[in-house]
Amino acid sequence: MPPVQRLPDSGRPETLHDAIAGSDAVLCGRGAELRLSERGHAPDGLAGAGVLLRTRSQLAAALGLIALDGVARRIVIASPDLKPEHLPSVIDRAEIDAVLGEDETLAVDGTQFIRLDLQRTEVCHPLLREAHRKEEAVSAGEAAPVGGERKLKPEGLKKTEWVLFTSGTTGEPKMVAHTLEGLTGAIQPGAAADTVWGTFYDIRRYGGLQILLRALLGHASLILSDADEDVADFLARLGRHGVTHLTGTPSHWRRALMSPANAALAPRYVRLSGEIADQAILDSLKSRFPEAAIGHAYASTEAGVGFEVTDGLEGFPAEYVGRRASKTMGAVEMKVEDGRLHLRSSRTASGYVGGGPLLHNDGWVDTGDMVEKRGGRLYFMGRAGGIINVGGLKINPEEVEAVINRQPGVRASRVSGRRSPITGAIVVADVVLTDAAGGNATFRDSILAACREVLPPFKVPAMLRFVPSLALTAGGKLSRHA
Amino acid sequence: MGVAAAVVDQFRQVAREQDKPLVALNPDTVLLESGLDSLCFAIIVARLEDQLGIDPFTTSEDVYFPVTLGDFIKFYEDAAGSKAA
Repeated sequence: MPPVQRLPDSGRPETLHDAIAGSDAVLCGRGAELRLSERGHAPDGLAGAGVLLRTRSQLAAALGLIALDGVARRIVIASPDLKPEHLPSVIDRAEIDAVLGEDETLAVDGTQFIRLDLQRTEVCHPLLREAHRKEEAVSAGEAAPVGGERKLKPEGLKKTEWVLFTSGTTGEPKMVAHTLEGLTGAIQPGAAADTVWGTFYDIRRYGGLQILLRALLGHASLILSDADEDVADFLARLGRHGVTHLTGTPSHWRRALMSPANAALAPRYVRLSGEIADQAILDSLKSRFPEAAIGHAYASTEAGVGFEVTDGLEGFPAEYVGRRASKTMGAVEMKVEDGRLHLRSSRTASGYVGGGPLLHNDGWVDTGDMVEKRGGRLYFMGRAGGIINVGGLKINPEEVEAVINRQPGVRASRVSGRRSPITGAIVVADVVLTDAAGGNATFRDSILAACREVLPPFKVPAMLRFVPSLALTAGGKLSRHA
Repeated sequence: MGVAAAVVDQFRQVAREQDKPLVALNPDTVLLESGLDSLCFAIIVARLEDQLGIDPFTTSEDVYFPVTLGDFIKFYEDAAGSKAA
């Protein structure tokens, strides 16, 4: 591998395509690889289009991003758990012209579908937009190589907008818009030439996308997991590729530490984010990987990358808050209001697509994460509004309560998170039965069966307790901190 | 019920509830190859905390995660022992 080209200090690459010029890195999925030096053709029919990237594999999503950035007006990256019933509304709200995916089963009725051919590392495209039909007719319809002359970006076209879904809770998923500049703002140039990234995350979510961009900008290879690959197989594959930089949530890491296959790993850099990193997991990782630098990072889909803590302790130094943006801290400022952490930086998202302002009060984003000061340090206390984080997946208690409350015999319920050393939290429920149903334990089975029918396993209460009543707040709402 | 029996009992019960095919359990069974996933282990650990009054994952000074069922049981037995002591 050639030495890594350092990024110019003067600024970030204009497009992802520029960023990977000269890179011979490889993106490795299970049984498939994408060699960046052989990457394929830009879908010039998509110039200026709004595109929904709906892929089965992470590799295909990476190919789509590389091909479309700087070409499309907007790339909406479908998260792996995006429900089909939300697609029509997404396509409408985000003004999508085409859907890109590996095969036609990913197509959405009424919207142009374009197939991503991973074998040939190219995007197969028919003509798309009226405006470009003429242009294509002139250029004989041949797709220009990405590496060649690029006249794909029409004059005056703004930079491609990158849209991610929040790891959403209930109702319509929220779409959060970013720019490549904002997404890459926290990335330090000039990683070592032999860096091999690996991640337990999915690159179609904010945390994973950060790692993809780190790898691409650093011209480093990246090992990606496959949806139905088991932990031991993925760990073995990471070991075979000699992964040096490995990232995941605390839950991912706990699972990795429970697998004998982690013996194959010797990373130099271990990174955690997406959930609260407690002292136990930090100590366990330090013990298992004594040579590695271990950092836990704070980021959210809306607020972008906040900061990284590398002193091996949970929480973060209180002096981070109130500090002015600077070169060492990056362009991030933080403040705490009503116990909630607020962030302001150039890396925050530019807004929601199709609704709701993101920024309030001079660019501050309310992260919804509660913090508490003890000594010289701030500690994360969980989510405001009762959101439960099970292994990085967020659950709105009201969604589960709604299912429980419509079961016969139920008067009221309160769903909350119980701390778990394995997944950060698990879902538990307190249920009040109607007088007629009172004391009848068979309701437990029917309530849980109903939950299992309509909710994914991580949202189903792991424990269900019958209680005589639930506390209400002075305002008559269910008290969530009882 | 002894610690080992309580652990095995919870493995079986949670596997049944979560509809996971559980392998035949013995002390050398690798936890991640038992058929249970992280969510199952999270539930098992919470239920054992309620049942036995201990959560060695949170309280233990030991920084090693159990890999086999034997490790897991020993983890709980050691915690139960130090609690009783």
